[in-house]
Amino acid sequence: MLRFILSRLASLGLSLIVASLVIFTVTEVIPGDPVSYMMGLNAPPEVEAALRTLLHLNGSAPTRYLAWVVGMLHGDFGTSYTYRVPVAGLIAARLQVSLPLTIYALILSTLIALPAGMIAAARRGRPTDAAVMGATQLGIAVPNFWFAMLLVLLFAVRLHWVQAGGFPGWDKGLWVNLKALTLPAIALALPQASILARVMRSALIETLGQDYIRTARAKGLSRAQTLRRHAFRNALIPVLTILGLQFSFLLAGAIIIENVFYLPGLGRLIFQGITQRDLIVVQSVVMLLVAAVIVVNFAVDLAYALIDPRLRRPA
Amino acid sequence: MTLLSTRDLSVSINGTPILDRVSFDVAEGEVFGLVGESGSGKSMTALALMQLLPHGARATGAVQMGGRDLLALPERQMCALRGREIGMIFQEPMTALNPVQTIGAQVAETLVIHGAASRSVARAQARHHLDRVGLADIPLGRFPHELSGGQRQRVCIAMAVALRPKLLIADEPTTALDVTTQAQILDLLRDLVAQERMALMLITHDLAVVAGIATHTAVMQAGRIVEAGPTEVLFRQRAHSYTRRLFAASAHVPQRAPTASATPLLHVENATRDYQLPRATPFAAPGHHRAVNAVSFTLNEGESLGLVGESGSGKSTLARAILGLDVLQGGTIQLGGEAVTAGHHMHATMRAKMQVVFQDPYGSFNPRHHVARLIAEPFHLLPKPPTDGAARINEALTAVGLTPDDANKFIHEFSGGQRQRIAIARALIIRPKLIVLDEAVSALDVRVRAQILDLLASLQASHGLAYLFITHDLSVLRAITDRVLVMRAGEIVETGATAQVLNAPQHPYTQSLIAATPRIPEGWFKETTDAAQPLV
Amino acid sequence: MRVPLTLIIGATLTGAVLLMALISLIWTPFPVEALDIAQKLQPPGPVHWLGTDHFGRDVASMLMVGARTSIAVALIAVGIGIALGVPLGLWAAANRGRWIDEVIMRGNDLVFAFPSLVIAILITAVFGPSAVNAIIAIGIFNVPVFARVTRGAALSLWTLDYIRAAQVAGKRRARISVEHILPNITNLLIVQGTIQFSLGILAEAGLAYVGLGAQPPTPSWGRMLADAQTMISFAPHLAIFPGLAIVLTVLGLNLIGDGLRDLLDPRLRRGK
Repeated sequence: MLRFILSRLASLGLSLIVASLVIFTVTEVIPGDPVSYMMGLNAPPEVEAALRTLLHLNGSAPTRYLAWVVGMLHGDFGTSYTYRVPVAGLIAARLQVSLPLTIYALILSTLIALPAGMIAAARRGRPTDAAVMGATQLGIAVPNFWFAMLLVLLFAVRLHWVQAGGFPGWDKGLWVNLKALTLPAIALALPQASILARVMRSALIETLGQDYIRTARAKGLSRAQTLRRHAFRNALIPVLTILGLQFSFLLAGAIIIENVFYLPGLGRLIFQGITQRDLIVVQSVVMLLVAAVIVVNFAVDLAYALIDPRLRRPA
Repeated sequence: MTLLSTRDLSVSINGTPILDRVSFDVAEGEVFGLVGESGSGKSMTALALMQLLPHGARATGAVQMGGRDLLALPERQMCALRGREIGMIFQEPMTALNPVQTIGAQVAETLVIHGAASRSVARAQARHHLDRVGLADIPLGRFPHELSGGQRQRVCIAMAVALRPKLLIADEPTTALDVTTQAQILDLLRDLVAQERMALMLITHDLAVVAGIATHTAVMQAGRIVEAGPTEVLFRQRAHSYTRRLFAASAHVPQRAPTASATPLLHVENATRDYQLPRATPFAAPGHHRAVNAVSFTLNEGESLGLVGESGSGKSTLARAILGLDVLQGGTIQLGGEAVTAGHHMHATMRAKMQVVFQDPYGSFNPRHHVARLIAEPFHLLPKPPTDGAARINEALTAVGLTPDDANKFIHEFSGGQRQRIAIARALIIRPKLIVLDEAVSALDVRVRAQILDLLASLQASHGLAYLFITHDLSVLRAITDRVLVMRAGEIVETGATAQVLNAPQHPYTQSLIAATPRIPEGWFKETTDAAQPLV
Repeated sequence: MRVPLTLIIGATLTGAVLLMALISLIWTPFPVEALDIAQKLQPPGPVHWLGTDHFGRDVASMLMVGARTSIAVALIAVGIGIALGVPLGLWAAANRGRWIDEVIMRGNDLVFAFPSLVIAILITAVFGPSAVNAIIAIGIFNVPVFARVTRGAALSLWTLDYIRAAQVAGKRRARISVEHILPNITNLLIVQGTIQFSLGILAEAGLAYVGLGAQPPTPSWGRMLADAQTMISFAPHLAIFPGLAIVLTVLGLNLIGDGLRDLLDPRLRRGK
């Protein structure tokens, strides 16, 4: 098991290094000189030089890359060109919205999808199955941000149950904030839950066709007992893969959906960064998003090993 | 006393009849053998008794056991009965166990499910049941993937007999196992029957297995039981023509003219082949497994050489190296005096001297190509396509007993035996000197196998071919080879003329191999006119 | 062989959208560039079937032209995915366990860590927004998808004896990949292609919605939704119709994918 974790850790580190290289190359090497890119064409050289010093963008690309990476390891993500404040502070403030939203949506999606998929698989070919499959077919086709707009139209504009958007801030208490994140989380979760439910169903059906299921039935287990005791855990393996992928979709989705609900999250920060050519902000936020995806995949790999002993102790 | 009585059991799946009025009795404490070729409905009969038929299946008739008709029992009562009164084990021990649960938990589950023990007591009892099937030194916390195939089948048996059922149904329990393991599992089953007064219903395609263990036997063909009776009587008399044909085919030895010359064709010298094992950590040096260790032998022109060994003995690895598919780590292989090298460094004219026929008649052909293109594939080895290509395709098809019309068909239109003929045609078309037959008849039913062996014998005579026959099956060796190499753990432990090795083995491993192989007693063959029986 | 109902419904839906896109090349009910402030924010009616937007542009016409953008972006992105992913997958499978396989698969994992949105953000931050960015961003994300599907299917074929027979016939791995592997995974690739096509439509809409895709005045469904958002309380039709267009297109493509899988997968066919 230790060996397995070590080898996964090594590949985690390698992935992070390569990803940071790619991001750095795109944002700082391809545009040529990032400072003149951010300031536009007609900036006076002495202003450019001053900014260069302010943003710590002196030196060659390799030294800047090293400085960037070392900085990040110390929690220093550089200084924003637009705001002239440390990017780390900006990100920390925005993460307080985006991260809870993503996790909230992930939990909702899992809580809806796994039971739905299990019920559909258990009642394969019957009306319940058809209903679940039909609903998920539709759920997959709906863009989450449009679904979000429909939710706003219904619950905020027509029914006045909730505010159309905005985020009070965590200092105002847990409940109001959860309420503010509920519609966005539902909008994010339902399309993903549709995918996950279908994967759960087909993984279970595939598992139910395995020889060991027949063995279990021959031992005297009922259909329901077989599903619970033998099929479920084996079916979780493909479900975990999708769950890992979903994290990155939800993170990206959260960034988009913040626009619908006027949430002050990472999305707003990054889109402002793009409009204002603030490469430092874009670079850091993108690195953070990519790192999050890589770390989640690492966690998924470890979870595989918890479920499947063949990965722990290869024969 | 009759334990289980099946009357007029018929099964259809989505309207297609599978079983037709099957009737038989199993007595208490006896071994009942059910034999038949693939697709005859043996497994379906067992699943019908257990009420575990696939979706869309409908069963009629009656299965009486303990005063109840199993076919009429509701699912709840069937669940209570399965595992408690009837246990069952299956063919494929590699996939029959849940890969994510420990073997201890899986054995204990039988006890817990039927309320026979609490969880903690069941665990202790699981230990006892595993001891009883000969797994005393395997901890309960092991997972299935850490066990060998034979050990896994023992776990399955422990699970199935944990509650001392009155009947154990074993569906081809040893087919996926090596002969020595098969003998051990059969011994275990025999002991359990004797000690527990448990009846055993043994389903198999292998007449010799049944001959050695069953009190009564029924022969199945196309969903019907064609003949049944006490095993020895049934085997000696062979009243039904189908039984006679099965019997003849299982012992069939083709007519062979001696074709072996003294000219060496294939010469293997100290061949060594290592496999790289997966790295333990990303930075550790990979380990090695020596699959073939310093193997040397010579195969003469026109000779038929058998290479026998159990799974993992390295025989298929050696074959791959001979065919130039893998690089050797040591030693040389020479064909007609020239060195065999691997990969695309090997010259086409060298490759053209040998061809191969594989085991699986279903995976041996690209389903998207028609037969003419399939068997013409080795023409790739010629400098340019032959001008008489079509004629040679016809010739090859005719030689293997098919017709030139078959050239335009696709592979799914052929049966398993016909496919093996097409595979032989593909090997023949380039007019090689050597054909490597890698378990080429192992997947075939006995009657088809006998026909293919006849074909191979006649082609050897007509085309002057040398065969390297790789097999785990001693009866195939006896039928078609002149000489035998016995391989074990990557090394050749014994070599000699076929009859000599099979009748008077010298090496202890060969002796154990031959002792483990089930055989129909010699005496049972008498009182027959088998030689006059047509094979089909 | 029976054609599955899902395939018929899916083909009808997708066919209708394709037809609209094609017709828009020669005719739309109103010119999409024409601003008519007097007619702004009309609800659906006999003149403007689906109403007008805040500039008085005809929503139906914009949807027709927008279909073109969506389809073009998603289709080219699938093309990129297939053109790069399939050869990479075949190459990796042909060299299973060697370093080249390892490099390709690790590269795949790395690209998977960059969602389309993140790639679009990176490209846009440096080159500015355009529909081409969306194509590249979605296309890049498609590459590892096709590479993985291809490799997985190819690996199971490589274990079959007919591949060994071809090797014994002296054929090289590249030739075997093209002659024996590729034709036998085409069905799978077609099914995956439709799935990626539908995902591409969704992704394009999302990128256009946040301003990383097609730029005005090119009409696009995602852009229309972004514009509609501020007016949702008094002109909900502006938000509803483009969304429905996306849903119907994606639904149609997914149904085609499911139908094709049932039709082409012999394993499923035998099971029926």
